[in-house]
Amino acid sequence: MKSILLAGAFAASMLAAPPIVIQNATVLTVTKGTLNTGSILIRDGKIAEVGEKVSVPADAQIVDASGKFVMPGIIDCHSHIAADSINEGSVSVSAMVSIEDVLNPEDIAIYRALAGGVTTANVLHGSANAIGGKCTVLKMRWGKDAHDMIFEGAMPGIKFALGENPKRAGNPTGQRIGAANIPARYPATRMGVEDVIREAFTEAKAYQQSWKDYSEKVARGEQVLAPRRDLKLEPLVEVLEGKRLVHAHCYRADEILMLLRVADEFGFKIRTLQHVLEGYKVAKEIAEHGAGASTFSDWWAYKLEAYDAIPYNAAIMTRKGVIVSLNSDSAELMRHLNDEAAKTMKYGGLSETEALSLITINPAKQLLIDNRVGSIEAGKDADLTIFDKHPLSNFSKVEKVYIDGQLYFDRDHDLAERPVQDAEKKKLLDKEKEQQRRPAPGAARRPAA
Amino acid sequence: MKLLSILLLGAGVLFADAPTTIAIHNARVIPVSGPAIPRGNVILRNGLIEAVGADVAVPADAWVIEGDGLTVYPGLIDALSTFGIPDAAPAVTTGGGRGGVPAQQPQPAPATQTPANPPARGPEDRPYTTSWVRAADLVRPTDRRIESARAAGFTTAITFPPRGIFAGQGAIVNLAGEKPGDMVVADDAGQYVTFVTSPGFGGGFPNSLMGVIAYVRQVYLDAEHYRLAKQFYNAHARGTQRPEYDRALEGVLDSPRVLLPATRRIDVDRLLRFAGEMHLKALLYGLPEGYRSADLLKKANVSALVSLRWPEKARDSDPDEIDTLNVLELRERAPSTPAMLAKNGVKFALYSGGIDRRADLIRAVKRALDAGLSADDALRAMTLSVAEIYGVSDRLGSIEKGKIANLVVTKGDLFQDRTEVKYIFVDGVKFEPVEEPPPPGGPAGPTTDVPRGGNQ
Repeated sequence: MKSILLAGAFAASMLAAPPIVIQNATVLTVTKGTLNTGSILIRDGKIAEVGEKVSVPADAQIVDASGKFVMPGIIDCHSHIAADSINEGSVSVSAMVSIEDVLNPEDIAIYRALAGGVTTANVLHGSANAIGGKCTVLKMRWGKDAHDMIFEGAMPGIKFALGENPKRAGNPTGQRIGAANIPARYPATRMGVEDVIREAFTEAKAYQQSWKDYSEKVARGEQVLAPRRDLKLEPLVEVLEGKRLVHAHCYRADEILMLLRVADEFGFKIRTLQHVLEGYKVAKEIAEHGAGASTFSDWWAYKLEAYDAIPYNAAIMTRKGVIVSLNSDSAELMRHLNDEAAKTMKYGGLSETEALSLITINPAKQLLIDNRVGSIEAGKDADLTIFDKHPLSNFSKVEKVYIDGQLYFDRDHDLAERPVQDAEKKKLLDKEKEQQRRPAPGAARRPAA
Repeated sequence: MKLLSILLLGAGVLFADAPTTIAIHNARVIPVSGPAIPRGNVILRNGLIEAVGADVAVPADAWVIEGDGLTVYPGLIDALSTFGIPDAAPAVTTGGGRGGVPAQQPQPAPATQTPANPPARGPEDRPYTTSWVRAADLVRPTDRRIESARAAGFTTAITFPPRGIFAGQGAIVNLAGEKPGDMVVADDAGQYVTFVTSPGFGGGFPNSLMGVIAYVRQVYLDAEHYRLAKQFYNAHARGTQRPEYDRALEGVLDSPRVLLPATRRIDVDRLLRFAGEMHLKALLYGLPEGYRSADLLKKANVSALVSLRWPEKARDSDPDEIDTLNVLELRERAPSTPAMLAKNGVKFALYSGGIDRRADLIRAVKRALDAGLSADDALRAMTLSVAEIYGVSDRLGSIEKGKIANLVVTKGDLFQDRTEVKYIFVDGVKFEPVEEPPPPGGPAGPTTDVPRGGNQ
């Protein structure tokens, strides 16, 4: 109820905002080609019109973007910003925890992501467990409270992880198993990772059945106690019922095939394979399963399982019919995903539009939010990034970022604000130094006995 | 209530040399519940306030204290405390070094509640949980901090078992007595929750903030299921398997409210949302960033317990390291929290955060006063508001007929640093402040920097 009210208030505030017309820009729609001199009308937080000419309401705010480039807000399908904790690494199945519980809307990385043109991010639990915690899609609405950052209506996710990370946590000391009196956490092998996933879904099916049995008994009019709610198994039941997306951290081709087989056997889908550096070896199988792939352009070799990687991975998977995105997994890389996309033109020969798709419409499809974001089309959310040069040039800079038609980043404003903030900081520092020099009043005195 | 008066009568007898009837004559009286009485009498009998007012007669059998030049206040109540629990004293008093964790944000103690071996594998192992422990069973009149807390003006503390995620049930205790039982005013102040985590991946569940929150959520779901299961069993015992006894859930179900830690505005937002989702009767405590959180608290109609231990720069911090603007602002503005809460109509109380020396207490209150809090609001936040928040304003928090005779008598305004505390009355028994022992290792005060999360 409360959330409905809040969402209502949010929508109302947008209704009050005047329309915006971004004029005379090169508009990279991603799905509908490129307009060399195009304009966009934004009304009520949505893209109302886009074309060579758009209607200009009398009360519209005009943004002259001559010589600039407008693209859809960048979508990062794998991020760990904006949360106060990332890994519940103590257990092999941590499905009971949720990133949504620990969102930090004041994480400066959000603002920095905006400065890199990112408007939406899939904020994932870490990769310490075979089955990790629940994940949330956020819009980078800097300045809003946690709940208002959540991409309303986006299907929630859950993190899985294969390979070295979940099995290494089996040996948290990094030494011999059982060293330092810290008991090893199962699993310690790739076989064990598979077993953990199988066991968890076997349990989840039994749990799902216990609720079905309960409902049937209630329907028959029997007096029975409801089963205990289990926060670890509930999200897995949601996965089985197609109500929660699985984002699986993986590297090697063999474990990718393992996971796809396990999912087929238990009757659920892997929505995205994350990192998936050996995806090029099994792209056909990935496409057949219907999984998306979210990878890096050229980040690899940071551990053994990440060695057999090639810069052509994104292009090869794309050619084999996989929906591919490029993600950051890093607050730094998040600020130049446009550069990452550009690399796929050199390595693999993707077209400009295909390259841009990797950071816009494709991650939107992977997250099932492509009806709302990911391209510049009438009816979609007005999540737009204005660059001073072509975004696939690494000389380009982000000038303005809109989310829901609201300006969340403005480079000129940012530059103007810096001296103001510096002065405020200096004032506080000077005051604190002054106080430290003075003995605190009453500090040394004691009350008379 | 009957039990209580028997208890108090017992206390009167035990303090053999204490008169059972005392009259403070012709003093300025600040009842807090009503306007100040410039010149009035307060009559104490058998540990209760028998009468207060400008015109009440001094009984013939009363021991009379001349109140000329004196002011009578209700005794201060420490709204979130460990006073009275000797084991909960900070490390300095038990021989540890300084720089220990403040009493209100303790690390789990391995001895009683932490399953050191094997590590918890999930919520079902009830990690860091001693919800069944009652502060009422832990208090001792011999806790060495009681005397200095009393000299600072505290006559009552809402005291809690300090360690664990579900640390245990608090008690409302008066800070005097011969036996532990003399001290307890109420034994169900609420469940104290801290967000402690196990160290590293090998230490067991939970090792992250979201793990702790998930754990707390699962425990409340389990408690509700347990309640229903017991109810169901009692109605259909024959032919039904009995629910397994779970002391962790018993402790949670016995608690009329829960205290949740909140440092930043985002914690306030997060926990108010959580409390709403789980239908918890919650109090938020800590709140150095309460000056930014008043709107949220007001909207949720949740009361706040504000620590008087304002964040300060760590004494041993790197002089070359410059804090962020956020941290600087927090340190500058934290003491304006009480004023902002008062202005926005949020119900709040102040608590000592372990400060038990009068000079330090006055200094901490003064910072709130300097930041805009009125002296009346400050006094209320340490007396009647505390009693109202914990549902005991029928017996504590103001100078009114029939309430427990807990008073502070001063020469001057209570929150002036030059003011002398003349007498303290606890359950009608008179104490005089004694010379404080020199603080062990420098003046008390925060030794840690602004906590990054408030939830470590």
